[in-house]
Amino acid sequence: MYGNVRDSSAAVDWAVMMMLLVGRHRLATAVLLVSVLVAGCGGGSAGGGEPGGISPQAMADALHTVIEADRTVYARHVVNRLQDQEQVIEASEHWQDDRTLPLPAQMFRMGAELAAERTDRFRYALLSKWPVNAQNAPKTEMEAAGLVAVAADPSQPFYGTESLGGVDYFTAVYADVAVAEACVNCHNAHPDSARDDFAVGDIMGGVVIRIPVG
Amino acid sequence: MHSTLLRLVWGLATVGLAGWLAFTLANPDADRRVFQPGALTDGHHQIELACESCHAPFGGVRQEACLGCHAAELEAALDSHAASIFDDPRNAADLARIDVRACITCHTEHRPEITAVMGVTLPADFCAPCHETVADDRPTHRGLSMDTCASGGCHNYHDNRALYEDFLVERGDGGLETFAGALPPRETWVSWDAGERAPLTAADADAPAPAAGDRALIDAWAGSAHAAAGVGCGDCHRPEGTAWSDDPGLSACAACHELEPEGFLAGRHGMRLAAGLEAMSPAHARLPMRADARSRTLGCGTCHDAHAVDVRPAAVDGCLACHDDEHSAAYADSPHARTWARELSGEGPPGSGVSCASCHLPREPRRVAGAERIVVEHNQNANLRPNEKMIRDVCLRCHSLRLSIDALADPALIRRNFAGLPARHVASIDMALSRRE
Ligand code: HEC
Repeated sequence: MYGNVRDSSAAVDWAVMMMLLVGRHRLATAVLLVSVLVAGCGGGSAGGGEPGGISPQAMADALHTVIEADRTVYARHVVNRLQDQEQVIEASEHWQDDRTLPLPAQMFRMGAELAAERTDRFRYALLSKWPVNAQNAPKTEMEAAGLVAVAADPSQPFYGTESLGGVDYFTAVYADVAVAEACVNCHNAHPDSARDDFAVGDIMGGVVIRIPVG
Repeated sequence: MHSTLLRLVWGLATVGLAGWLAFTLANPDADRRVFQPGALTDGHHQIELACESCHAPFGGVRQEACLGCHAAELEAALDSHAASIFDDPRNAADLARIDVRACITCHTEHRPEITAVMGVTLPADFCAPCHETVADDRPTHRGLSMDTCASGGCHNYHDNRALYEDFLVERGDGGLETFAGALPPRETWVSWDAGERAPLTAADADAPAPAAGDRALIDAWAGSAHAAAGVGCGDCHRPEGTAWSDDPGLSACAACHELEPEGFLAGRHGMRLAAGLEAMSPAHARLPMRADARSRTLGCGTCHDAHAVDVRPAAVDGCLACHDDEHSAAYADSPHARTWARELSGEGPPGSGVSCASCHLPREPRRVAGAERIVVEHNQNANLRPNEKMIRDVCLRCHSLRLSIDALADPALIRRNFAGLPARHVASIDMALSRRE
């Protein structure tokens, strides 16, 4: 599926098409990044795919770069600043009712759901071994193994393949770090949280990115 | 010889029957109930002759058909189980057991023998496949059986806006209090500005005979908000140069009252019109109706007298002119009816009276064209599926959350139209509070 992006101009075309299709700033950036990466490789393999194509791994890494950047910006410059430092407005789970900011995890999921409405080329989720929401606990073997691996060594993403519902996926898991006080304060105090001893800098879970292959 | 004749008759009968069936199927005006595999649910039987509302020819029931009517309310309900949540491939194993993304997985039509409340056709423990282990995380849930999650007054599958844990904790204090609150004020919302036209008087009535000679009618109109707003006979009875009609339809009202018809057409009163069928009538109803109402049909004028334009008679008298079930019949002697009588007599302040419409066609705050408005939801069923929908915008204005939840979970109390206190107690608030201790 990704092997057929043969040369850099085709990759750029594909990226532009994706931008139009997806119409979303950060995803478009991610896709552009992938195409630039491929162009930069001058037709070489970018991480184990077919020669000249964008490998699922390179695509997942690029997507994750953007997802993580947006997530960090929201946590630091929106939630942590407004809620914990300037104490102007809180982030809360029932943000529509409370007229507050959506939680970082909700922001994440809303983005993931909107992206999924527009493309089935990838899907991403925020999970944890110590979830607040039990539905965010690992469900597949790959998720469980990935969350253990990135908790042990957050510098290394975890990669694997799995078959779900008859479709083969390339699955990548990246560590999700407590980048701000707000993360740990809220999770430690939440009645549904499976842990109350998170500290800033700890691994709180993982971002799982799936790309259908084959 | 004998057998040849028999074959001929049999052949002709077969061809005739096939022809008749084909004609009936293809003809939207024919009575196509012969094709129904089983009766429809209470929510859809009104449009049973408009097969195309749900079915695509040879294509089954389209999800978009469900969403065409129900998507907006699901979104407004902050649907706890929106399909978009489950699209993630990580849910493939769960979806293989129960594909909750398709409405018809849980709401199969034409299966009256397995249809429960809210049109659910799954066994009552349908939460189990995904939430079986809930008691591991929540000791309060130990020993509860999975068929009580959604039937016990604690949870709904889609709309939990009045039932979620933080909501219960925040409003769960106290007991079964009732206090002197008020419902939102009445507000007329039309698509043009008040004061745009000069007021009219009886002398301006431009109706032809014999209507022109009906003094009572003309006087009622001359004293109404319509005349005050410069809306004359012709505006409704002869809109834009059409021929005079004694009985203007919905479109005449909708020309100015844009928002109300939308709700009306979405509810059981108006959904037949929306599906291109003749108007709903008590004769088609499944609920008990007054015998003398059988021949009536439902449009704006059924409940609203367009000449007098006082919306209050529509709020109780309009309903009871047709409805004759236990709950409706019990209204007259109910505590709510006493508050309504006091408001009508001027003893009670505006908004203190609870009519049928207060709960079933409620006045709701809504943003319309950028402004905060009070709009009457004319879909009589919007607040009833499920009935906890009325907690936030209606019950809580005068009652504690505890009383509201308990009362709505007590069918006998509902039949008595809330005369007395709930005999049932839903433990959800106690459970939620106990987790915060
Ligand atoms: C104000 C409270 C709050 C803040 C701040 C917060 N979270 Fe969460 N987080 C939650 C809730 C509630 C959920 C569960 C959301 C859901 O229903 O899926 C969640 C979900 C998560 C998950 C998915 C697994 C789980 O626990 O369900 C991860 C991982 C996570 N948060 C990490 C973080 C990180 C890292 C930060 C800081 C950048 C952060 N959270 C900030 C409340 C918070």
